[in-house]
Amino acid sequence: MVTILVAPLLVGGICAVLAALLVLAERTLVNYGTCRIDINQGGKQLEVKGGRPLLATLMAESIFIPSACGGRGTCAYCKVHVLEGGGPVAPTEATLLSDEERKADVRISCQLKVRNDLAIEIPEELFRVRQFTGVVERIRDLTHDIKEVRVRLAEPDAIDFTPGQYVQLQAPAYGKNPEPVYRAYSISSPPSDGGHVEMMIRLVPGGICTTWVFEILKEGDEVHLNGPYGEFRLSDDSGKEMIWIAGGSGMAPFWSIVRDLREKKAERKCTYFFGAVAERDLFLLDEFRALEKELPGFRFLPALSGADQDGWAGEKGLITEVVGRHLPDGEGKEGYLCGSGGMIDASVKVLTAKGIPEERIYYDKFT
Amino acid sequence: MILAQLSLESGPSIGLLAILVSAALTDNILLTRFLGMCPFLAVSREMKSAFGLGIAVTFVTTFTAAINAALYTHVLEPLGLHVGLKLILFIVVIAAFVQLMEMLIERISIGLYYALGIFLPLITVNCAILGTSLFMINKHYTVVQGLVFGFGSGLGWMLAIVLMAGIRDRLKRAQIPPALEGPGISLIITGIMALAFVGFSGMIQ
Repeated sequence: MVTILVAPLLVGGICAVLAALLVLAERTLVNYGTCRIDINQGGKQLEVKGGRPLLATLMAESIFIPSACGGRGTCAYCKVHVLEGGGPVAPTEATLLSDEERKADVRISCQLKVRNDLAIEIPEELFRVRQFTGVVERIRDLTHDIKEVRVRLAEPDAIDFTPGQYVQLQAPAYGKNPEPVYRAYSISSPPSDGGHVEMMIRLVPGGICTTWVFEILKEGDEVHLNGPYGEFRLSDDSGKEMIWIAGGSGMAPFWSIVRDLREKKAERKCTYFFGAVAERDLFLLDEFRALEKELPGFRFLPALSGADQDGWAGEKGLITEVVGRHLPDGEGKEGYLCGSGGMIDASVKVLTAKGIPEERIYYDKFT
Repeated sequence: MILAQLSLESGPSIGLLAILVSAALTDNILLTRFLGMCPFLAVSREMKSAFGLGIAVTFVTTFTAAINAALYTHVLEPLGLHVGLKLILFIVVIAAFVQLMEMLIERISIGLYYALGIFLPLITVNCAILGTSLFMINKHYTVVQGLVFGFGSGLGWMLAIVLMAGIRDRLKRAQIPPALEGPGISLIITGIMALAFVGFSGMIQ
């Protein structure tokens, strides 16, 4: 009888002692006090509570570093220059950093805990990044596997961005997706329509965010996104003739850029090569035909790569072959690419072979 | 025997060095008891991580064996609860110890924390560690003997995983029948290693 009483008391007592020890250890060992974060050499000073990852700490201060995986250390988007106080590189960061990045003190901010004072450097434009809440105004099918999602921004109610930039759309927890994740999508609406954000989302079989958009998201639903991010944009000063190459949902940034050019009545010469497999993969054809008439320097060349495209009078073959045929000389031109990694690699090869130097070729890779 | 002469007066008549050697070699926890097989097979692909996990296991077995020996001889036995409660309390102690170690190492040495970091939480569920504490009780060791036994046992586990990592490194260039690739050949090799370790069994009576 005594044993029955003593045994639970003993187990409880020992567990309580161990728990108390752990709590005490957490209070003393994991308490890093107040840490100071210096951003861009005095550009902004933060006083934060230490002990949390840098990414989350900055987010709590309304500074948004791009991140797609939600801080799990898999996407490697949240890279930040840490000038001082970063400490050794964690094994969870090591695989995501190249040798050059390590030398340049680049760190994965979701894996770097704030343990002491830090000095970091982030692109100035990240201060412009905001967290938005909006309502889905319209979802329409562009092709059988690409949807255009138009979001009316509510809080804050307008976004200021440069055409070519992207936002991160939050897919909430649903079904098999246990926690919210962010995925990057180029903004396809022009900046003059700052109260809305449009995105072109292509169905990736098994993709967390695309499955959510295709199967669950409805018009009228509330969505969360943050942005704008990204360096992809027209080099505004050069006025050089441009070669655009895109495929699939890689259309999105160009649809924003071209409508911005139309509003500005730009006369810059431009040829837009758009690659698809079959006619059912083409979209916005009428809109681009109209644009060709409005913008004197602009040409749109859709091309189909699939076999048996007998009804198709336009260009045929892989987009790189079509570019090869239509671009006699790349001298003095610039390349802008958006699409899958394979398409971009192949296009860079063609353009450099035609004489466009690599630093004059700009792209976003959708992986 | 020389080994037997090194005994401490407190415990039964077996020397600390003998305990150490027997725990590491003759009674190798992995190759004679087959405990801790999952991390052994999973983490022995690369020498560096095998070594890191080996160090972490040695560290944790050493101290948890000592703590558990103290708990057993000074608390459980006097209360007569040593039969029923040892398993549950040993697990709690190991889990808490690993947590505490993780926090302490993170504070003291970030470098070591990163070197061991991913392995420490894995260790909580490594049965070689619980096994060491339970075997120690069977042998009626004192706290000091338990500490040495734990250290030897951890060393033995590390020796086995490091040997395995070396062998698997060479296997990468070997021609293995397709049916045996991966776990198949690893288990066969483990068996042969275990046979080799039987050779140590005559060393200590």
